[in-house]
Amino acid sequence: MAQLTIIEAIRAAILHEMEEDERVMILGLDVGRLGGVFRTTDGLIEKFGRKRVFDTPLAEASIIGSSIGLAISGLIPVAEIQFLGFTHQAFHQLGQQLGRYRYRSRGRFPLQVTVRAPMGGGTKTPEFHPDAIEAQFVQSPAIKVVMPSNPYDAKGMLIEAIRDPDPVLFIEPERLYRKGRAEVPDEAYTVPFGKARVAREGEHITLIGWSAAVEVCEHAAAKLAEEGISAEVLDLRSLVPLDIESMVASVVKTGRCVVVHEAPLSAGFGAEVVATLQEEAFYSLDAPIARVASYDTPYPPATMENLWLPSSARVVNAARKTVNA
Amino acid sequence: MPENGVYQVLDPSGRLREGAKPVLDDEFVLEGLRWMLLSRAFDSKATALQRQGRFGVFSPVIGQEASVVGSAMAFEPRTDWLVPQYRELPAYLMWGFPLVKHILNLSGNPVAGRIPDDLKMLPTQVSLAAQLPHAVGLAWGLQIQGKEGVVVTYFGEGSSSEGDFHESCNLAGVTGAPIVFFLQNNQWAISTPRSFQSAARYFADRAAGYGFPGRVVDGNDLLAVYEVTKEAVDRARRGEGPTLIESITYRMSFHNTTDNPSRYQDPKDLEEARARDPIERIEAYLRERGMWSDEKAKEYRAVAAQEIEDALVEAQQAPRPEPAQIFENVFAELTPRQAAQRRELLGE
Repeated sequence: MAQLTIIEAIRAAILHEMEEDERVMILGLDVGRLGGVFRTTDGLIEKFGRKRVFDTPLAEASIIGSSIGLAISGLIPVAEIQFLGFTHQAFHQLGQQLGRYRYRSRGRFPLQVTVRAPMGGGTKTPEFHPDAIEAQFVQSPAIKVVMPSNPYDAKGMLIEAIRDPDPVLFIEPERLYRKGRAEVPDEAYTVPFGKARVAREGEHITLIGWSAAVEVCEHAAAKLAEEGISAEVLDLRSLVPLDIESMVASVVKTGRCVVVHEAPLSAGFGAEVVATLQEEAFYSLDAPIARVASYDTPYPPATMENLWLPSSARVVNAARKTVNA
Repeated sequence: MPENGVYQVLDPSGRLREGAKPVLDDEFVLEGLRWMLLSRAFDSKATALQRQGRFGVFSPVIGQEASVVGSAMAFEPRTDWLVPQYRELPAYLMWGFPLVKHILNLSGNPVAGRIPDDLKMLPTQVSLAAQLPHAVGLAWGLQIQGKEGVVVTYFGEGSSSEGDFHESCNLAGVTGAPIVFFLQNNQWAISTPRSFQSAARYFADRAAGYGFPGRVVDGNDLLAVYEVTKEAVDRARRGEGPTLIESITYRMSFHNTTDNPSRYQDPKDLEEARARDPIERIEAYLRERGMWSDEKAKEYRAVAAQEIEDALVEAQQAPRPEPAQIFENVFAELTPRQAAQRRELLGE
């Protein structure tokens, strides 16, 4: 058992799957000689060669689009898009094409493809890089959207993604890439999709988040504890499939809920969570469910991003209001 | 090679151009003509049925039969992959895709229209040019794994304005993937004329920018299309990489059954195009060689009509899709939410 960062856990997962199955290959910008801009693929080209670790031209749509053909030819591509914001330039190949291929071919061509991309702000990256656009992909109903928040899940969920017979968009929490280490087993293991994780147990209120927002919820829960408010933190882990059962169970227990995400408020995935909870757990609610999200503006310049992103202070405020409602 | 760079074997009247030596034997040409006639007959029949409200929206091949058939003849469907757009019916049939399944797809019954497992063919694509990176990935994947096979992908001059076209050609050039990009320049993207798509002299000239050859061919000349494509297929098979072929042809009918070309097309242009009809050209060529006659023409047309009739009857007898099939082939396993929605639809 080693103490790994998320970056190292991701690398361990890819390394293991490439050693295990020679059909697995990686492609993307700078994934080879540089080892990826975040070094998630460091050392892999030396080990597996250029055929299996391919530095592509700078063109996101063809990185995703060619992965579709590579999968049809019999390979298992793991494509890297440098930042989730760059999938703006591959959007039609992701949702419409990759996501629909099993369906549009009536089962003739299922696509075992993983697309990895880091998401989120807080690291002062340039414009467009940090856009949290995960909800856009949920509207393409045949692609799995999963988002680990810690090293253990990163490794187990990535192995699960690579082995999944269907396409998976694997969104990584960029801000947490190297923030802290956690115990990660040396051997291969999988974390199944559609099972949320209780990151912290609590009695009075449920804080629901995913990706880096889970960390924000955990900070808020620690502060709330000082005020005697016991907050449960639920890490959704995957948006598709969605673990409705765990969301409902937690809210039935606490009766109160705040949903936190980095995407702008309107039509963010939080709206889906709230709508689902009012359908499934309305009579257990003691207060309206609150949402803490980024504001409905374009992503601001780096010097202002911390005012814009959901902070633990805003989550604490929302939780207090909800508890006192 | 004529001075304008457009490769031609037969002139519009069907005579061999000076110095041209056809490489196809007559039986093979006759087989090509058979596919062209079947395609033309299907388009007329389907148009008539559509006008009676008995057929869905579709895009006829009319005018482009030599372009599609001549190119498809250069491949080996047992090993080579077809990545279509949507206006290449005879190519699908030549790959072994049953006409009845094509009809079912057009009639909104894709369940019964599934591509049989042993055919190396992808589904048709109406998100234009989106199929091109798939074709490149497929060819590149064959190359990585040392598998045999060349990939052909079809698209139009309009599609070649899409970013996917440029990204795909670029990636194919970089990887040296065994692929033939077959661009059918039929002069129209619905109502948008060729001159609005690109300022380039030829669309094939763009190949230079991606580091592989581009060829221009008279797309209404079956023999020329075959030769140019065969050369590109052989190159790809030898591991020498991609080729972009621009097949200059003319869409002699509407874009699809919802379109009205009289709003934008000069009737003179259509008349001129009709004088270059690809079927008449190859019929004249074969007649000259004693391989074609009025009786044969009648016989071939009758066989085609019967084949279409049989497919239409069979399509009518195909099982209609069941509501539950909405939820088939979404994922290997439905998510709990999808499963609940399925139960709701089925009243379970």
